[in-house]
Amino acid sequence: MYTFSSKLKTFSFALMIVGLLGVAYGFLSTPSSVEDVKVMLQESGAHGEVAQSNEHSASDKVQAEENTHSTDEHATHVFHLLKNKPWSALYVALFFFFMLAFATLAFYAIQHASQAGWPIVLFRVMEAITGYLPVGAVLLFVFFVLSSLHMNHLFIWMDPEVVANDELIQAKSGYLNVPFFLIRAAIYIIGWVAYRQYSRKLSIAQDNASDLTNYTKLFKSSAAFLVFFLVTESMMSWDWIMSLDPHWFSTLFGWYVFSSMIVSAITTIALITIYLKGKGYLEFVNNSHLHDLAKYMFGFSIFWTYLWFSQFMLIWYADIPEEVTYFVTRFGEYNLPFLGMVALNFVFPLLVLMNSDYKRVPWFIVTTGIIILIGHYIDIFVMVMPATVGDQWFIGIPEIGSILFVLGLFIYVVFTTLTKAPLLAKGNPFAKESEQYHY
Amino acid sequence: MSNKVVQAMYNDDDILMDAVKAVREANHHIEEVYTPFPVHGLDKAMGLKGTRIAITAFMYGCVGLAFAIWMMNYMMIQDWPQDIGGKPSFSFAANSPAFVPIMFELTVFFAAHLMVITFYMRSKLWPFKKAENPDPRTTDDMFVMEVAVDGDENELVSFLEKTGTVEIKVTEKHY
Repeated sequence: MYTFSSKLKTFSFALMIVGLLGVAYGFLSTPSSVEDVKVMLQESGAHGEVAQSNEHSASDKVQAEENTHSTDEHATHVFHLLKNKPWSALYVALFFFFMLAFATLAFYAIQHASQAGWPIVLFRVMEAITGYLPVGAVLLFVFFVLSSLHMNHLFIWMDPEVVANDELIQAKSGYLNVPFFLIRAAIYIIGWVAYRQYSRKLSIAQDNASDLTNYTKLFKSSAAFLVFFLVTESMMSWDWIMSLDPHWFSTLFGWYVFSSMIVSAITTIALITIYLKGKGYLEFVNNSHLHDLAKYMFGFSIFWTYLWFSQFMLIWYADIPEEVTYFVTRFGEYNLPFLGMVALNFVFPLLVLMNSDYKRVPWFIVTTGIIILIGHYIDIFVMVMPATVGDQWFIGIPEIGSILFVLGLFIYVVFTTLTKAPLLAKGNPFAKESEQYHY
Repeated sequence: MSNKVVQAMYNDDDILMDAVKAVREANHHIEEVYTPFPVHGLDKAMGLKGTRIAITAFMYGCVGLAFAIWMMNYMMIQDWPQDIGGKPSFSFAANSPAFVPIMFELTVFFAAHLMVITFYMRSKLWPFKKAENPDPRTTDDMFVMEVAVDGDENELVSFLEKTGTVEIKVTEKHY
């Protein structure tokens, strides 16, 4: 049995408190009115040309009026973007840690459905990570309810005023409307959490079982869950991320989000496994298990790049205005994170984890894993931010505070779940294969 | 040193694996093992060195990538620039997304094909090559372990007989 060390517990609470302070700072530092934003813009000097005098007095007046009008509009726009900023920061962090748990659940179900032998010794680690799924999913749901109450304006299609002036969103309103959105979110979350709790119960029951009924049920429910997962994961990514840009669409978006999720999830499994091994637990996990996890990290990093590029290349080639706008913003205002994450998520893991021997060395996996997690945080950041905060993005106190807060919560929930059951799942007919696993 | 070898036959891969381990422990030199299918872990049990084909694969991949970059630049930018889909080919960088699939495919193509050719050459396999396996049954259901005779031949034979062999033969190895 694992005991949650008080050091780690204190650490997770410290993260939560520091994070909360950062989040609070983010909310308190948003400008309170459009006037504030105007002053801010004036001070930054970016729009100083308004004050320029003109020789022709008649046209000058008209020009000045036009300028004032557009500055007003611009300031209002920036005001809304800045208002969205702390919300977006929180949303990206909430989604990021939710997806770690969510894709771990999918990975876990794949292992059961395929009756894989090697990962059985890692099941309890995976179950601990998915312990965060109910918490993370409910937090996201609360976030969506707040959005639907117009506490924030991340989802512009939730704003009746926007919809009234937007024919494209009107045409999509049969799908993109607040009640249906919340009902869908509730269905997804109930389905995922139901499988998570059910599989966990069966897995623990199998520990002391004398027959294989729990195991068989686990196999069947995992296969059924995977069908549910594939459909709902795709729809979840349209609802929760793609609808932030309600005019834009990509047919492989669900896969793209999935690739980001699964590689981050496997990385998390590897990192927590290595941490526990370092603390003297999980003595039955050998470096062949780590090797397999690292192979998945390597392979899914390439898979992510493949989808990242596929989505880009088709849109780049067709060059249809309503599609390319997505990449125009990302290549323009988000150039550094958008291209930088390719280095973090593709080039780095490709070169470091290519060698077979390096995949067995813990510190190689940890280094690459941290880089991968940072890279995929940036990936989610670049999926969300352009639509919600536009050119006002920055990774500052609100963003880092949000990460720290949710990370603290994640660590607390995951390691608390870890203490609830023995670290080795017993009773699986292939358990011996996993314990003796040697490649 | 004589070219004499003992050929011990086995009809099961698990027995073979145990035999290989026992022979190595007794410090006899295993010349070669012939099996009808790849036996998992046999290379490690025999103490063979790890393959270096992965390193060659990486190098071949780099060659393929470089070749593709050169080829696309020559074809599409230098030799015959065209306007395809409103994307005039006057700059490699501006058109590079369209070249990435070719770069990827040629990297894989070079790595895969040259790796196979390297493997054949390294294994001394080429057309009209005479089969090296000492007994045709090794292509069906038999496993043969060839152990070099170094010292007392009878002792070695009696030692091998205890490892679960079904047939044993002492013969001259022809190189």
